[in-house]
Amino acid sequence: MLTYTDFLLAMPLFSLTVTVLLIIATEAARVGRARFSQFLAITGLLVTSLLAGLNLRESGVAFQGMIATDAASSYLTILLSLAGIVTALVARPYFEHRDAHRGEFYILLLFAIIGMVLMASANDLITLFLGIELMSFCLYVLAGFERTKDKQNESALKYFLLGAFASAFLLYGIALIYGSVGSTNLDAIARAYAGISNQPLFLLGTAMLIVGLGFKVAAVPFHMWAPDVYEGAPTVVTGFMATAGKSAAFAALAIVMIRTFDIGGSTTADVLALLAAASMVLGNVVAIAQTNLKRMLAYSSVAHAGYLLAGVAAGTAEGFAGVFLYLTAYTVTTLGAFAVIGWHERTNDEGTSLDDYVGLSQHQPVIAAVMALYMFSLTGIPPFAGFIGKYYVFMAAVRADLTWLAIVGVLTSAVSAFYYLRVIVMMYFRERDGEHIPLPRIPVMIALGITAALVIVVGVLPSTVLQLFMPAM
Amino acid sequence: MTLEQLMFYGLGAVGIGSGLLVVTRRNPVMSALSLVLNFFCLAGLYLTLNAQFIAVIQIIVYAGAIMVLFLFVIMLLNLRDERALSDRLSARKIIGAGLAFGLLLQVLYILMSAADGFPQKDEALAVSTGTVEVIGVQLFTTFLFPFEITSLLLTAAIVGAVLLAKKKLD
Repeated sequence: MLTYTDFLLAMPLFSLTVTVLLIIATEAARVGRARFSQFLAITGLLVTSLLAGLNLRESGVAFQGMIATDAASSYLTILLSLAGIVTALVARPYFEHRDAHRGEFYILLLFAIIGMVLMASANDLITLFLGIELMSFCLYVLAGFERTKDKQNESALKYFLLGAFASAFLLYGIALIYGSVGSTNLDAIARAYAGISNQPLFLLGTAMLIVGLGFKVAAVPFHMWAPDVYEGAPTVVTGFMATAGKSAAFAALAIVMIRTFDIGGSTTADVLALLAAASMVLGNVVAIAQTNLKRMLAYSSVAHAGYLLAGVAAGTAEGFAGVFLYLTAYTVTTLGAFAVIGWHERTNDEGTSLDDYVGLSQHQPVIAAVMALYMFSLTGIPPFAGFIGKYYVFMAAVRADLTWLAIVGVLTSAVSAFYYLRVIVMMYFRERDGEHIPLPRIPVMIALGITAALVIVVGVLPSTVLQLFMPAM
Repeated sequence: MTLEQLMFYGLGAVGIGSGLLVVTRRNPVMSALSLVLNFFCLAGLYLTLNAQFIAVIQIIVYAGAIMVLFLFVIMLLNLRDERALSDRLSARKIIGAGLAFGLLLQVLYILMSAADGFPQKDEALAVSTGTVEVIGVQLFTTFLFPFEITSLLLTAAIVGAVLLAKKKLD
């Protein structure tokens, strides 16, 4: 039976759904223009984060155990809504500049966020799968949003074909796990885990689950799609899928691997640790060779997937907290960086190469300073958010006897300093000879302000953030 | 031999025969049509197990929608010289063989794990799980939430498809 509590726990999902249906209706009736859809989307996302905030201290399962709401899932809902708001803010100037501002963008954006929230609050492998598919469908289309551009078509098609392949792995893994447990419910799997964790069928299912989710988070060796798709997609979409998409997939990975499977110290944890090390090394080393900023951040996002996997591989509550804190830091920083890139990009897709940023500090000192802040945070320099995230994740790895992984992480972070700081060197220590770019419009300024403020707040007050999603810690 | 056994062996024989035709025919359209026949046999086998719902879905989704899509793709690609497909692409062939071998291992594993005899067919259990009615009740009680999410998924897919495929926007 459904009760009042079921609906209360799923309130953020309902507000998102109502918003998206409202936008579809107004778009179909042509009540307002795309701007009105943007307004509706931002309002809906604000309401959603408010409702999720009210659920922060609630916990329970709803709809016959299909979803579970707790502090972590509510917190992630807020983070995802924030990513949605920032994306919606920068989307209008970006697409209006290219004459491609359409209301469908906000419909797909909100549908993707519904899928992500489902992933973060899934308590059943079926819900998890549907959430992943809902998110992926929307991201496939968004990657090719400007239909007339070949590069975006290529990006969307590549993402779609490889993504469908990964989904097949994921679904097969879920089927095998269902076969060995007899249920898709995460609580039931958690209860049965001790007895079946060494069954070949179950291990095969887990391996396929890791392949499927590994693709969504772009971890080595399932990262091949990321550079091309990130580079080809519209920059606002790249920023959204690099942050919100990764956050949701990592939340799902952490919920399944740490909460449900309790992988700490098992072979599965070793496999994840190996993937983590490979992602850190390959992501950071290849990023050095990139001259396009979007492509560089794509490889950097592969490296960040490695750091996050280290937290998952730890398999402890600490690792879980580390992953969520890191996701917060990574999301606010990378969103901001992509907002800057989107502003700097010309309509003919030029202006994203590293050379174009030469001497930016001379005529746009504020934007250059904000970009430098993001780069410091991505490197992991205190007191910014990126440092705190890395600190917690590596600490969890050390405590879980994965000291070698933490060492790899610290060493590769040092390598990453080279290419992040190179952006700052370009902006500050070279003479400007490029064209003058006007200041970003107000919405972009607001988005930059929000993300820059959060980079500092998360870096300075990590325990406050931690308390939001881990009340016990 | 009971009628049920007769059905099983008859459908099984036609199923295996059509399956062999799928991989041996040179003409891709013939292969695809043989696969349709194979799907029908499989649906018949499901029926003998009292799994009406899966049998119907097997025909509607696989034999109907997916195979039609297959045929469309084959005809669109216009594979006149299918020899080009069979001579080259050795790497893909190896991967394909590997996947097929993996599936074989999986079937063998299931057979081995049931070495002490398969469970006997339980008529009452089969009727209480496989009929359309039972599945419908499950779908609208336990699985109501995923069912509704599927509707969102389809709506999102429609919006995306219209956006990408519409000839002229506004």
